[in-house]
Amino acid sequence: MLEGIHSDARLASWLVQGHALFLFLHLLGVICFAYIVSQRLVPLLRAERDPRFDRPLARLGKVFKFWLGQWKHPRYKTAGTVHLLIFAGFILLAMRAFTVLIVGVSPNFVMPGLSGEAGHVYEVATDYAATVVFLCMVFAIVRRTVFKPARYEVPAKFGKAHKADAIFLLSLIAILMVADSLFEAAKAAAQTPPGHVAFAAVLSLPWLLKVSLVSVSLPTLGGLCFAGYLVHEIVFYFLLCYRPFGIQFHVETSLFNVYFSKLDRGTLKPVKWGVSDEHLDRVKSFGVKTFEDFTWKHMLDFYSCADCGRCSDNCPANAVGRPLSPRFITIKARDYAFQHNPMFGRWKNGTPLIGSIYSDDEIWSCTTCGACEEECPLLVEYIDKIVDLRRGMVDEGLVPQSMQKPLKALNSRGNPYGKMEKKKADWANATDFQQICQVKTLDKKNGADTLYFVDSITSFDDRMQSIGRATAKILDHVGENFGILGAAEKDSGHDVRRFGEETLFMALRDHNTDAIKASGVTRIVTADPHAYNALKHDYKDVPPVEHISQVIAREVKSGKIEFRPVDDGAAVYTYHDPCYLGRHNQVYDDPRDVLDAIPGLKRVEMTRSRDRSFCCGGGGLMLFYEPKEEQRIGVKRVQMAAEAGANVIVTACPFCMVNIEDAIKVAGFEGKMTAIDLTELVDQQIARESTAVTKEAAEVPQEYVTGR
Amino acid sequence: MEILVCARRVPDTSENEIELNSAGNDIERDELVYSINEPDNYAVEEALQIAGKAGGQVTVVTVGGEDDEEILRREMAMGANQGVLISDDAFQGSDGKGIATILKAFVQKGKYDLILTGVQAEDGGAQVGGMLAAMLDYPFAALVNSIEVLDGKKLKIGREIAGGNREMNEIDLPCVLSIQTGINEPRYVGMRGIRAVASVPIPTHGASDLGVDPRAVGESAAKVKRVDYFVPTLGKGAEMLRGSREENVDKVLELVAAKGGLK
Repeated sequence: MLEGIHSDARLASWLVQGHALFLFLHLLGVICFAYIVSQRLVPLLRAERDPRFDRPLARLGKVFKFWLGQWKHPRYKTAGTVHLLIFAGFILLAMRAFTVLIVGVSPNFVMPGLSGEAGHVYEVATDYAATVVFLCMVFAIVRRTVFKPARYEVPAKFGKAHKADAIFLLSLIAILMVADSLFEAAKAAAQTPPGHVAFAAVLSLPWLLKVSLVSVSLPTLGGLCFAGYLVHEIVFYFLLCYRPFGIQFHVETSLFNVYFSKLDRGTLKPVKWGVSDEHLDRVKSFGVKTFEDFTWKHMLDFYSCADCGRCSDNCPANAVGRPLSPRFITIKARDYAFQHNPMFGRWKNGTPLIGSIYSDDEIWSCTTCGACEEECPLLVEYIDKIVDLRRGMVDEGLVPQSMQKPLKALNSRGNPYGKMEKKKADWANATDFQQICQVKTLDKKNGADTLYFVDSITSFDDRMQSIGRATAKILDHVGENFGILGAAEKDSGHDVRRFGEETLFMALRDHNTDAIKASGVTRIVTADPHAYNALKHDYKDVPPVEHISQVIAREVKSGKIEFRPVDDGAAVYTYHDPCYLGRHNQVYDDPRDVLDAIPGLKRVEMTRSRDRSFCCGGGGLMLFYEPKEEQRIGVKRVQMAAEAGANVIVTACPFCMVNIEDAIKVAGFEGKMTAIDLTELVDQQIARESTAVTKEAAEVPQEYVTGR
Repeated sequence: MEILVCARRVPDTSENEIELNSAGNDIERDELVYSINEPDNYAVEEALQIAGKAGGQVTVVTVGGEDDEEILRREMAMGANQGVLISDDAFQGSDGKGIATILKAFVQKGKYDLILTGVQAEDGGAQVGGMLAAMLDYPFAALVNSIEVLDGKKLKIGREIAGGNREMNEIDLPCVLSIQTGINEPRYVGMRGIRAVASVPIPTHGASDLGVDPRAVGESAAKVKRVDYFVPTLGKGAEMLRGSREENVDKVLELVAAKGGLK
């Protein structure tokens, strides 16, 4: 005990020698960090507004799940586990780091609550934490240099590799851990009687260092203690001030980025927060044209990206060589922000982003599938940014020729094909279909409880009309009192909005809203996930909407729908999640439950399914866009189905059907693989009671055979 | 450079199902949607690009009625500085020469260095541009697919000629050019842009404003009259290839090469 007191005094005297130096370094580090952060905040203060201060409980929930709980990380097992360990280590070490910094100025400082036994336990825990973090750094460096995971590579078109910077930062953290441990070990060795080794934190880094220092003389220990402290302090402040210049700024920003993250799935940000639709005409410029047009939260996203590459690893556009990589949407914007907001000097603003850091094809390439956002551990948003950039391009007239025609037709005819309004209900009016199923068009005389919102593609595309007829027959079978709007229904505008044509979207939405309200229905059903998402999230004041798969699942449970066994017992089915049903609206189980209720149906899952589903290639106006790509997105998707051993792809979206049926032909699977919509399959398999209906049911498959 | 673009509003062929009326002398116009004649839109884009580089104003003019203001507003939303409507009951039923006479009178009231038309109207006969040039005694070039301003007095223009070849010409200003589609990529005009110019006044000129003799234009003066309108009956000539995919590909290549489509 006496020895210990002497040692503490000596320790204090060693540190006192550096007192002035440590204090100077503290002040320098804190001042530099404060200045750097204040400079980083400048663009955020000039940015567009973005009200994210509501619903604190929901936001705290996000912090607990995604920040403290690191929820997304285990989706990548190796990197995720390593990050979890580092994060846990950092959380544990945070208080120790503060204590150590204060000890430099006030050697006898003990963090309140951490004296005595509690302090001892905490010390043991942090000794191990430092060791784990150190080992993780070594592992990460080895992984970066030897195993080189592909998703960290930087394609030449996106600039220089980030590897050296990453390794530099990892090494600094490793050094920080060693310096911290050396300081602790030297201190402990000085406090321990010669030849005696305490059992605390066995095999930890400080323990190992302490064991090797037991026979070292006190003055040397003092020197080591001093050196450990000095290195720790320098590296600590260097890291603190260097992080805001690169990929590790997320250490500081992630908590805020997660707290202020988007709460409402499937929605889009308005053109300008705080400006109502009626006043939008007064807004001079739409969308994001220059960096300053981003909202402060979107800028915080740019700062927070950890460059982990998970977004681009999951991006279908990136996978087929389109010129889009979500990771570089962020990295390029961050580089731009840093260059245009230098630490010393004035902010340079005003350069258009399209044509400088982004190309128009890059921004049009996005299918808005949401795979990037689903994967991002830091909850960085992409769709709102892409749509805002598109709004800016539309405002400047920068729209590819191939998309101008459908947009014009949507304006004049209310559908992208330029078909005449009076033909909208033709799919339901064919005489042979009317004999099986009467679909009424809602007007003043014909009312109904339920509106079947068909949308453009199902109304006008010859192949997709089959989905419309199947949906009508299912609704009829379960006894639903339903009707359609016919000529009064215009395109839902879902993808008009996501392609940046907000004004046209608003006109379509207002028209449909009036028509829906005039029809007097109390609920809406649709078989098109894009229409479903639009009616659910983009429209206001319309009755509740359901996707047909939800209706079917419910009626299977209620017993109104019973299935006969599948004809081909050898067929292997797989379900493809449409992005706007799955990821954007979390309807994953209903379609699967329906499939599993069909007797004899063999179903397999593709590796990429549910929230990791791989987009078919995109719906809505994406069908008219001519992307630069090495292969079709859909071809990759059908290959995934083949790998899973499936030969029937079931989907629940007419756009998926277009892309997947085309892809089956392009991939050379014609005759070996088919695609069928959930409604078509259900209609085909429904066990109908009366003989007349049974006869019709027997005829049904023919209809789909012609579709293939 | 002061540029005038002559434009016309036509039924949009991609958004209508063109059917004959019961009398068989015109198409059924009740449910048609109209838009700017597509080649005229390329002409406006080209004018805007030239004015963007060489300076000057772009004016878009159309001969028609109140409904035709729609396309003038669209082109103004695109960037044209002014839209002018030429409208008079006396102009109804004019043939190509009549329209050219009306436009000539308008051109002479202003001072234009360059006059552009679309290569042809989708419901017309590619005649107004040439006649207008002749009446003004201006040089004329048709099917223009590139324009370069050489100095204040000359243009270098590219023209598409048979077989996909191009020739380059120098042409003196002032001149009339008929613009081929594909010369540029016209910018998109959204609903928002059109709304922004919705209340800009559009000057309207009648026969007396322009000093046009009503007897020289209109239906009575027309020397070309439409006498019939019909949809051609489907002829033979389609050949269905019914082989395997590889055989069909070979056959298609052979057929296209035989017609001179592949070199």
